Amino acid sequence: MPVLCSNCVDKRAVLKRPKTGHSLCKACFFWAFEEEVHLTIVAANLFKPGEIVGIAASGGKDSTVLAHLMKLLNERYNYGLELMLLSVDEGISGYRDDSLETVKRNQQQYELPLKIVSYEELYGWTMDAIVKQIGLKNNCTFCGVFRRQALDRGAIMLKVDKICTGHNADDVAETVLMNILRGDIARLRRCTAISTASEGQGVVPRCKPLKYAYEKEIVLYAYFKKLDYFSTECIYSPNAYRGHARTFLKDLESIRPSSIMDIIHSGENLSVREGVKMPVQGTCNRCGYISSQSLCKSCVLLEGLNRGLPKLGIGKHHRLHDRILNQQPLTEKEERKLKSINF
Amino acid sequence: MCQVDEDYHGPLQRAEVPSVSKKCVKCKEATAAVVIRAGDAYCRGCFKEYFIHKFRAMLGKNRVIFPGEKVLLAVSGGPSSCSMLRQVQEGLSHNAHKKLRFLPGVVFIDEGGAVGQSVEERQRTVAELHAVFKATSFPFHMVPLEQVLDLPSSVVVTAASPSERAASAYKAAVDHFIQSDTTSCVTPRQQEETLLPDVQESHTHSLQQLIGSAKTLTAKEELLNTLRQHLLVHTARTEGYSKVMLGDNCTRLAVKLLSSISLGRGAQLAQDTGFSDSRYGDIMLLRPMTEYSAKEIAYYNRMFRVPAVFTASLDTRTADKSSIQHLTESFVIKLQADFPSTVSTIYRTSEKLQTACRSSSTEECWDRCLLCVCALDTAAENASAFKATLISEQLSQSKSPKATRPNPESTAPAGQCCSPAGGGDCGKAASDGGCCSSAKAPETAHLRSLLCYSCQLTIKDMGSNQSSVEHLPQYILSEAQRRRRRSQMRQEIRDFLLDEADEG
Repeated sequence: MPVLCSNCVDKRAVLKRPKTGHSLCKACFFWAFEEEVHLTIVAANLFKPGEIVGIAASGGKDSTVLAHLMKLLNERYNYGLELMLLSVDEGISGYRDDSLETVKRNQQQYELPLKIVSYEELYGWTMDAIVKQIGLKNNCTFCGVFRRQALDRGAIMLKVDKICTGHNADDVAETVLMNILRGDIARLRRCTAISTASEGQGVVPRCKPLKYAYEKEIVLYAYFKKLDYFSTECIYSPNAYRGHARTFLKDLESIRPSSIMDIIHSGENLSVREGVKMPVQGTCNRCGYISSQSLCKSCVLLEGLNRGLPKLGIGKHHRLHDRILNQQPLTEKEERKLKSINF
Repeated sequence: MCQVDEDYHGPLQRAEVPSVSKKCVKCKEATAAVVIRAGDAYCRGCFKEYFIHKFRAMLGKNRVIFPGEKVLLAVSGGPSSCSMLRQVQEGLSHNAHKKLRFLPGVVFIDEGGAVGQSVEERQRTVAELHAVFKATSFPFHMVPLEQVLDLPSSVVVTAASPSERAASAYKAAVDHFIQSDTTSCVTPRQQEETLLPDVQESHTHSLQQLIGSAKTLTAKEELLNTLRQHLLVHTARTEGYSKVMLGDNCTRLAVKLLSSISLGRGAQLAQDTGFSDSRYGDIMLLRPMTEYSAKEIAYYNRMFRVPAVFTASLDTRTADKSSIQHLTESFVIKLQADFPSTVSTIYRTSEKLQTACRSSSTEECWDRCLLCVCALDTAAENASAFKATLISEQLSQSKSPKATRPNPESTAPAGQCCSPAGGGDCGKAASDGGCCSSAKAPETAHLRSLLCYSCQLTIKDMGSNQSSVEHLPQYILSEAQRRRRRSQMRQEIRDFLLDEADEG
């Protein structure tokens, strides 16, 4: 007996919503999914008419669906936004060059302007070159830190008012878990916010319109909409520790599908005790980017790369910052510790 | 984010294998007997001193137990709570360095009925623990979980807390106590020899029905935890104790913290995992064992022969993925094996969370969850996970005006409230409890509105039909009805009430 759609009670259901367990037909699922993202945008007051919004596009499923939805909702509900695609080329051959092709196809499809900023032009290093120097450990630290800043720099070049990223509910929940496992109370408090407060100059506010969308539903949406996306894992990401958190989250979801939302709810309602030391936001003395230290992470990482001491930015070496700023050399003992381990 | 595993590598590689003949790191004389952490080898004597000091330091640091206060130790029979019992014994012994000054009592909640143990098994466990408790000469109480069915509604209402005593008051109280030192040894009360108050079979049956009405093990465990806590608080109240000590250790707490997050209890996290928990007002729950890891406790118990009694729990011998709590436990323990600072890192997070209760007004309890007695976290803010979930549910079902989730396949008959299965039970409850049958249990929808986010999930797992909710103990149902009547009253007179809620 065919199951009927629980929404229209008319057509045959083709899928069971991972989020709620309801059986829906294709049209009702599209409508519900789009409507939810729309309501999230409206409820959180993410955009104002006339704003220029950059969509961080990697070519993966989340950003492809995000670009599609933003275009669709902007037209359907007259947000009055000017949309652009913004991509970062990390310089990973065999991975990013392929996914950027997807972004370029999306650009034509959605008729949106596209800007690609590359690590090479910003930092003088491609990820391929970085991995060559430091090996397959810690490389994600470089990539992650550089990407955050690259997006901001690209956004400033494009003069956009806001960036939206494709982070979905699973990503947010996973980050909550990660921050607990790492004991990072400052990030734990921030990570569930749907948008960053305008953090000062040089930083473009970001938001996550897909914050409450399940990863599985994003895939379902892309599948039924026949959206074109690139679905290969990065060739440099072994990323063992985050993998534990991810597996744990998927296991939780299989026990109780609402777990993902439950974790986000937990994160949103955490209150941090007064008197707990929190990092204070300042600016980097070298590049002017936001930083809680005298040097921002990406300057430290870059300095390490350029000095041939890649471990400089891995772990905490705050006491070295002053000397780096003044271009002073490090002692031999310190240098030995910060060189990459040879296998 | 990605360097976490790398951070551990350095120290891990350097950690040498402890040699058998290593000296104690503390006294540097005796041969080490136990390695607590990598590199920290202690001899027997120093380990004992370290262990005992930690307990006293925890109590000394927090200064919440006043001299002469009656403190109830909740002992489950597990290694952690038995170790706690031993620490209190040590602290009260005559040659103790800094003697503890409170009056302890012990309580054991026998959950055998809920777990499905036979009467003989339960008697055996109780007899074993009886012997353990008797040896301490503390007064003790053996309470079957079935008694939860007869609790008064006041259990789920926050009682007025004794007026806040300032930090200076603590010192004054201590001084006063020392001066008027009346050789304050505990007077061991004459224990009646009955092992366990008789439990009616019908009560055990109702309890099993209640636990069984939750469809998932996750919800069963949550329900059991809630009931156990209610019974502990009630026992403390009726026996005149003002503090309850729980045996949660650091490992246990890390698991609890992570599973609480996964269950949507973020708002209640500080109370669930902090050192002191004053959600019940007059009775404060304390967790003095949180600085010990499960491993340390196991070492101590083994070296100093602390007896423990194994009691089965709901998730004993189930698969990892049988419940969220069980999955979290195996996740944390596996991760701890690879990354030795996992447990302490998670535990430190709990220390940084807000513990203070927001509302101090205790007269009305609109803002307290009916089950866990924590502040409600369901005020539907505009952009929140709670709201987003509600929207998702609304958008994926037909727009019929029926509020509670209709089952898409089988439209339930209108008169589902008293299904044959629940009917008999309902009548019984009416005969010994009073009010029920005609008034019917409050609708599930209303019941849910009295619960926090996480307890709503638990009730949701009890199914959407009315009869399963009716299995809830009478004290919860009648409190729900009382709150409904109060809210109706308030609705009627709303226009005439001056805005007093904002004060205080």
